[in-house]
Amino acid sequence: MKPPRFSYAAPATLEEALALLARHGAEARVLAGGQSLMPLLNFRLARPGHVIDVNRLAGLAAVTAGADGGLRVGALVRQRTLERSAPIRERCPLIAQAMPFVGHPQIRARGTLGGSLAHADPAAELPAVIVALDARLTLRRAGGERVVAAADFFVGLLTTALAPDELLTEVALPPWPARTGSSVHEVAKRHGDFALGGVAAMLTLDGRGRVARARVVGFGVGPVPVRLADAERSLTGGAPTPAAFAEAGRLAAAGVDPADDIHASGAYRQRLVAVLTTRALTDALAAVTEHAA
Amino acid sequence: MSETRAIALTVNGRPHRATVETRLTLVDLLREELRLTGTHVGCEHGVCGACTVLVDGEAVRGCLLLAVQADGRHVETVESLAPDLEHLNPLQAEFVRHHGVQCGFCTGGILMSLTAALRDNPRPTEAEVRETLAGHLCRCTGYQGMVDAVLALVAAR
Repeated sequence: MKPPRFSYAAPATLEEALALLARHGAEARVLAGGQSLMPLLNFRLARPGHVIDVNRLAGLAAVTAGADGGLRVGALVRQRTLERSAPIRERCPLIAQAMPFVGHPQIRARGTLGGSLAHADPAAELPAVIVALDARLTLRRAGGERVVAAADFFVGLLTTALAPDELLTEVALPPWPARTGSSVHEVAKRHGDFALGGVAAMLTLDGRGRVARARVVGFGVGPVPVRLADAERSLTGGAPTPAAFAEAGRLAAAGVDPADDIHASGAYRQRLVAVLTTRALTDALAAVTEHAA
Repeated sequence: MSETRAIALTVNGRPHRATVETRLTLVDLLREELRLTGTHVGCEHGVCGACTVLVDGEAVRGCLLLAVQADGRHVETVESLAPDLEHLNPLQAEFVRHHGVQCGFCTGGILMSLTAALRDNPRPTEAEVRETLAGHLCRCTGYQGMVDAVLALVAAR
């Protein structure tokens, strides 16, 4: 028996789950897909007094079309669903593009959108992707809720804006704009490992084929997803040329200051950001479709 | 006092009832309570794939699911594959023929991942077979024999 002792509850309703969080918040951990929490329990790196299993909350497992033309994705939607769901692939392809990098099929069968975001591993793909998408996150607590922008959700290493009594319930994705393409690139030692560094990019063109809007977000190169604003600004209003993408890569690398660790030096990771930004922008341009989703 | 729960689940078509500690993992339930030791325990953090079993038809890590979470579910393990003690199923037979198995530690999990993948897509490409195998670590055979085994199975269909 490897996990430490804990008190286990699998509430059948959201209200019940929120009441448990209100009562035990600071001593509780929420169990969603279990692909991050269960290893921490097995190694006893986490010793929560209470484990609140949210897997019975079927209401959090839906992908629905939002009134604004965007999508509302429940926190309990599995990564396998994000990878395969037709609405996601058509209306928010960036999420589907990121999924093959997340672990392996056997991990994505259980891992959830909300679990990945709430765990906030700095090398994870989904946090960077939702920052690039300007997603908005709904955090519920007993008797209330608030909506937080993705960029404000990630506070530090493995740390989010979630209060101990709050549960991430839904991620709202804005409508996919017309003439937009996206791409994710990363480098890992083996496929499925955590990234040594990665970049998620989105490009929207105007009617004349110039860049109307660019999003470049790095992951694995800081404690939280890093919006590479200088690179984005350098692209906006200009032609999407190889030279512009190379310059954006240079500016993106200048916008990060990654640490050395056992897997790679900070200088190597910085170089990765330059190369992967250029590649991701090149592929995002190739993926631009004429019409809005 | 340890917290326990009564659960009921189906394993390889047979109904089981058990009273388990809530912190017991599914793989430990299978091995230690149900004595189904074909599913192995490796890294216990979801990387090696040795503990992979099917839950309601999906390949998942047995070390990253609590036994209580399998309440009411259908679990399939490597023991379900062979029709009897004297025979192997076609996938297992191809593994033997193509030297896809050596020490056997990883084999149970790999066979279950491939079983789920082949139900999902009976005619995978070599790249798709390798994608399925990427979720598993084997330190003996080096995967090529396993790829050959699956492709031979597919070609014979």
